Amino acid sequence: MTVISQTLILCARVLRNLSRQPIWIAVMIVQPMFWLLLYSQLFRRITDLPGFGTVSYVDYLTPGVAIMTAFFSGSWAGMGMIEDLDRGVLERFLATPASRAAIVFGRILQSAIVATLQALLILLVGILLGATNGGIVGWLVILLAAFLTAAGFAGLSHGIALRTRQEASMIAVAQFLSLPLLFFSSLLIARTLIPGWMQSFSLLNPVEWAVRAARGEAIPGTGWDEMGTFLLLLGGFLALTTTFATRSFRSYQRTL
Amino acid sequence: MDAIVVDGLEKSYGKDVRALDGIRFSVPEGEVFGLLGPNGAGKSTTVRILATLTKADAGRATVAGHDVASEAGAVRRAIGYVPQASGVDREATGRENLVLQGRLQGMRGADLERRSADLLETFGLSDKANALVKTYSGGMKRRLDVAMGLVHRPHVLFLDEPTTGLDPEARAAMWEELESLAAAESLTILLTTHYLEEADRLARRVAIVSRGKVVVEGTPEALKSALRGDAVTIELGGTDTDGAAEIARGLAGVHEVTMDGRRLHLRVDHGAQAVPVILAALDATGADVQAVTVSRPSLDDVYLHHTGRDFRADDGELR
Repeated sequence: MTVISQTLILCARVLRNLSRQPIWIAVMIVQPMFWLLLYSQLFRRITDLPGFGTVSYVDYLTPGVAIMTAFFSGSWAGMGMIEDLDRGVLERFLATPASRAAIVFGRILQSAIVATLQALLILLVGILLGATNGGIVGWLVILLAAFLTAAGFAGLSHGIALRTRQEASMIAVAQFLSLPLLFFSSLLIARTLIPGWMQSFSLLNPVEWAVRAARGEAIPGTGWDEMGTFLLLLGGFLALTTTFATRSFRSYQRTL
Repeated sequence: MDAIVVDGLEKSYGKDVRALDGIRFSVPEGEVFGLLGPNGAGKSTTVRILATLTKADAGRATVAGHDVASEAGAVRRAIGYVPQASGVDREATGRENLVLQGRLQGMRGADLERRSADLLETFGLSDKANALVKTYSGGMKRRLDVAMGLVHRPHVLFLDEPTTGLDPEARAAMWEELESLAAAESLTILLTTHYLEEADRLARRVAIVSRGKVVVEGTPEALKSALRGDAVTIELGGTDTDGAAEIARGLAGVHEVTMDGRRLHLRVDHGAQAVPVILAALDATGADVQAVTVSRPSLDDVYLHHTGRDFRADDGELR
């Protein structure tokens, strides 16, 4: 009970601080739009390739961009933690009765909320561009997948932040992870066009799980068994990374 | 009852750094107690253990009657902690910082609103209450820090180097705030500082900490009057500094001689009478005297007396 209310208090603090940064807000809004418009132009004819079937590229791309955005904002979330750490804000929180878990959860929740709002925006633009994505149910699945993806990668990112405690190391790790995870997935291209060994590897990739779940409603023949499995896997990933972040928090405390 | 009891705390970082080596002291309820020592003496480590941020390797401590290791939650509710590295949220306003701190301490509603407003008033921050902290001056930020430590009306307040990094004017203002704070609230304050003057002015009792241990403890007055007479410091040039110390030891009225680098510290009954005698004796042996100072005993001298080392030199060495 207190963990939940403290998580909300700490999450609200970060959202409030971010809401005061107009440039941050502008980039958060413009960037996903940019991806959506850029890719839809750049790869316009990609659906002519075999493997895409009858799916329109907007339908294909909208969930992809939503997940990519969530993945990126989750991966970089740890930067905020490092800032709190450097400025002594974390140390001050630690001397209050606030739950240690809430300090981590608040940050993770904040990333997930931002990513879900971005996904909503992407979805609205996608719909304007003609995406259908299976109607309301498909849209809700996209939002849920974006939420879980951002939260899951935010957990990983905060864990890394608390263990490295250095901005440069944090940036290096986030960069090292982001592009490989992006390309070892069917985020931008039809799965059947990916070489077989990469397809197999991609099944270990949470980004792929998120894309497959989010795109399920748009691709004919995808059942709830498949989408459900991927959503569950994402939930498991979130549980794992949240545990990692909370453990890392303890290891940070030992260095004080 | 003692609000703080520290009993033989030990802590090492890695193999080489022994931060605490059996530190021991206690602070009665309502007292302002100063932990005085150079940088690296173990003051901050002690406070961090007492604030439940880190654990000791050995020994035990209680704060407001609760064991810091086994009853961390109760300790956290009873204390306010003002860390050395500030810890205010720069992207939030002063009021928001106070309210957040209060909510994390379990306060809410009108009580929290009123308490925050009162503290902003007390610390002279009302005008800037709704401005982002990043627009505050160093002194204002530090005052907000202290206010945040007080928001939930703690029994014990830890102030870790409250005026480090402040300019002299802001430091004097902070001292005034802390003095009236100590008088008004029935609060036990543990203050760490490496400013002798600060401990002298604010603390009712002082423990001098060196290399993870308390070397001596008492009121600043008692510590100073335990040293008889005046302090004479002679700076020497030349090479035969040990010879000069020998000569000084042989003079009547000189009680204590400590050699610290090129500085010769003497304790004498009466400074003005002793200096000509000492200088004449040194001059006769050809010692190269560069400067002489005479002063009433200060906590500097107390530190030197008990550790055999010069406070400022120790402080600089570890900085």
